[in-house]
Formats: sequence, structure tokens, C-alpha cells
Amino acid sequence: MSESAVDVRTPATPRAQPGEALRFDRVTCSFRSNSGAGLYTAVRDASLSVDTGEFVSVVGPTGCGKSTLLNVAAGLLRPTSGTITAFGSSFAGLNRDAAYLFQGESLMPWGRAIDNIAVGLRFHGKSRAEALEIAQDWLDRVGLHSHGALFPHQMSGGMRKRVAIAQALALNPPIILMDEPFSALDIQTRQMMETELLDLWSQDRKSVLFITHDLEEAISLSDRVVVLSAGPGTHPIAEFTIDLPRPREVADIRLSPDFLRLHTAIWGVLKEEVLKGYAQGKR
Amino acid sequence: MLKASDEILAVPPTVIPVEPSRAIDWIPAQRVVLLVALLLLWWGLVRLGVLDPFFFGDPVRVAVVVWNWCTSGTILVHLGYTLSETLLAFALGTVLGIGAGLVLGLKPKAARLFDPFIKAANATPRVVLAPIFALWFGLGIWSKVALGTTLVFFVVFFNVFQGVREVSPIVLDNIRMLGASRRDLLRYVYFPSATSWVFSSLHNAIGMAFVGAVIGEYLGSVKGVGFLILQAEGSFNVDAVFAGIVILTICALVLDLGVSWIERRLLVWRPTHGQADREAT
Repeated sequence: MSESAVDVRTPATPRAQPGEALRFDRVTCSFRSNSGAGLYTAVRDASLSVDTGEFVSVVGPTGCGKSTLLNVAAGLLRPTSGTITAFGSSFAGLNRDAAYLFQGESLMPWGRAIDNIAVGLRFHGKSRAEALEIAQDWLDRVGLHSHGALFPHQMSGGMRKRVAIAQALALNPPIILMDEPFSALDIQTRQMMETELLDLWSQDRKSVLFITHDLEEAISLSDRVVVLSAGPGTHPIAEFTIDLPRPREVADIRLSPDFLRLHTAIWGVLKEEVLKGYAQGKR
Repeated sequence: MLKASDEILAVPPTVIPVEPSRAIDWIPAQRVVLLVALLLLWWGLVRLGVLDPFFFGDPVRVAVVVWNWCTSGTILVHLGYTLSETLLAFALGTVLGIGAGLVLGLKPKAARLFDPFIKAANATPRVVLAPIFALWFGLGIWSKVALGTTLVFFVVFFNVFQGVREVSPIVLDNIRMLGASRRDLLRYVYFPSATSWVFSSLHNAIGMAFVGAVIGEYLGSVKGVGFLILQAEGSFNVDAVFAGIVILTICALVLDLGVSWIERRLLVWRPTHGQADREAT
């Protein structure tokens, strides 16, 4: 995180231009390893793109550097080499076209639900009243109509995720980056959240880059699934177009024969990488 | 910080589980009984001649002194001095502590530079500064305020420093992705986070301010409760010494209650112990 990366953000306007929303071109990310000796290359020569309005999931073994890729897309991390562009132009500092849904707890614990949603709007120059009005609208949309006054510690994990989603989407960003946002939730809540996410997404079809290690989740949500190799030096090794019809009901679609066919095909590739990753983890 | 609209505030923030109502809580009554018993013991031992009233005083005479001070109004003047010294030291020390804590918390290089100096200053017994402050600021309230400030400063400083460093990196990244400027980060993340740490040290800090004021008065002054005690000691009036101690104790309790009240108002977002337990289950 460089300090210069923080600057006043101009309001994000969704750009309707067709083409690529995000493009990784031969991105490599190396870190100095903890022992201080030598470099650890998390991502090597990764090329990947997300079209405007496309929902792309990236699956890979645990700890292979999926989050690193997402941090590059957000501008929180500079790639060691290679380029990242949003709508065809590179960006200095943070990616101002993107919203980021984090895996961990990202809400301000000292802010009520409605304030957590409104705060981003305030950063974008909205007046207090306006920001609160939009925030309340988003509370309604994520099913938390009367819970705006709750603090994060008073909410369940699912409610906190809903607030985080509302917080990100209220800014109307053209790109949404998601880092295993539902991995901490129990399975029922998770499927409900996935369905709700698809509902929200289908309303205005933003470009989504969704990171997960859950293949079923990836298939049921996405237009395209990208498989990453085991780390270190992870990179995409296969791509699958998910031609399942929309709108989808996440809980039901997992039983359809087409879903099983895709699952078998992708798992055939992923399994090998998972085993490699597992073997490395044991060493 | 933004505030929720009134309509939203009307929603009860949380449902606090009520314990199944049992018999009346006897603890407060038992506390009173314990206090009375201790006073009776003191009084009895003095009356029976076990304790010499010259050294141990007499609770009845202590009460009379307190009563006379209160009715004549002399105590108001002295208490006024002690309390204003306490509150000024508290305010000054807190503001300086928050400022220094924020700056050094956000500038690791400066923090490393100042680290040994801060440790040294904190390790110095501050009481020895009292004569120096008396030289610099005279025998009025400001030498006491200075002493209290040095005590309060470090308590608050270390807590704010810690608070700034322990802000969750995810919360920070998230707020930056939402478009926060550097000033926004300070206002919406660092400051509230530091505040919660300040409040956990506030009970300590107000106590320190009080200690600073009284010790300062004790070591050289013309007004204040510490001065009253010093005078009483000079004339071997143990009852008046105890009367001064009683008044100081009551003040300390009231100040502490005040801090608790402010804390409850300002830190509503923090889980109470009961709620944290509920979440754990």
C-alpha cells in the first residue's frame, strides 16, 4: 500500500462501452519471502480478461495466489511486471472503476449499518441527506429495511455480508471484485446470498471478477470459469464457458445434468492442481 | 461520523436477553452493611482504647469536620481548585496524548526516532517534577495542571498509539476502495478506532489527573484539598486529614461514574461482555 495511492476519487460513472472491463497482461507478482532470503513469486505470467457485463469466476487450490490477482485488479498491489488495465486504460493507484468485496470483516465496527453504506457515497461528494437516502434504498434492496441502526457486532454474518454488498454496489461501480465473499457463511445462508447476488447483478450486469475455491459456487454464478494452477507462480491454465440458462436458482441448478457435465469437466482440470497444492502444503 | 435518521434510531438497537427474574439483588444492601460495620469497628476500637485517637482519629469527629467544612463552604473553594486542576490536566493530557499518538502511530519512522525518549520520559517518576513545575508555574493551579498533564499524557498516548496500529487492514483497504481521501481515513477510521482505545484508558487517566492535582497541592500550594490535608498534618489534626481523604475518595468515585456515563454514551458500537458471550455461543 503506497501512500500516494490515496487520493480524492471522482464519482464513478458506469461506462457503457463494449469490450474488456479488466485485462491482466502477463502479470507477475513477487514478494520478498518472510525469511528475507529470496523471492516468492505468487503469480507468474498471468493473462486474463473480463468483458463488460461478464461474470467471471476464478477457481484454484487454496493458497495459490487468487487474492493476489484480485489485489492487482483493485490497485491495492502493483504487479512486479506486466500490466493491468480497466476499460483499456491503465490506472495509477487504486482502480477507481472497481468495488471490492473482501473475504474478511470489512465494515467499520463503529458505524451503524446505514452509515457504513452511506460513507462511500459521502466520499463521492453526496450530501449527508442524499447519502442516507441512497443507503436506505440499498438497505431495502438487500433485505435489511429496518436494521439500518444496527452495529456490525449486533448483526449475523449474513447480514454483515449484505451490508458489505450494499456498501460496494451503492457506489454503482462498473467493475466488482469479490474475494470469496461468502466463504465464512453457513451453507444455507450462502446459497441464499448467492441467489440474491445474482438477482442484484442481473439488474444492471456489471463486470464481475469472482474469486473462490468452491467450484459449485463458481459454476452456478458465472458466465465463464477460469482455473488457476497450484502456486507458487500461479497462472490460468483452462477456461470454461458456462452456458447454463439465466436466471438461475443457485440451490436448484446444481442438480441439473448440464451442471454436472460442466462440473465433471472443470474438476478434471482442477483436481490435479488441488492435489499438487495439497502436496506442497504438506511439505 | 454520520448519524442514522430519526426513524431508524427509533428501532431498538438490540434485544438484550433478560435473565429470569429471581429474588431481589441483595449485593447493594450488603455493601452498605459492610461499610457501616467497618465504621462501627473503627469507632468501637477507638472508644475501647485499642486504637489511639491521636493517630487513628475518630469517625464521629471526622464526620463533624466534614460537616463543618461543607456547611461553612470552605470546602467548596478548595474542592473547586482541586477539581479544576484535575479537569484541566485531564483535558490537556488527553488532547496532547491523542495528537501525539495519532502522529506517531501513522509515522513509523518518527515513532522509531522518539521511542527511547518516550520510554525514558515515561519511566521517570513524575512526582520529582513537581518542584520544577512549582518553580516554572508558581504555586497556583498551573503547576498542578502541568504535573497531572504529564501523568495523563502517557496513559492516553500509549493507548492511541496502539489503537492506530491495530486498525484492521481489511477495514482500511475497504474504506480506501470506497474512495476515502487521507483526511477521510483519519476521520472515519483512525480517529474512531483510537477513541475506543482512549476510552479504555479514561478511567485510568482521570485517576492520574486527580493524583497529579492532589500531590501537586500537597507538595506546595495555597488552595485545594491537598493543601487542607497538608495543613491538618502540620497541626497534628488527624481527624481533618481523614476528612480530606474521605472527600477525595467521594470525588474520585463521582469522577469515575462520570467517565462511565460518557463511555456508555459514546461507545455504543462496542459489544458489551454479555453480547460478546452470546456471539461466541
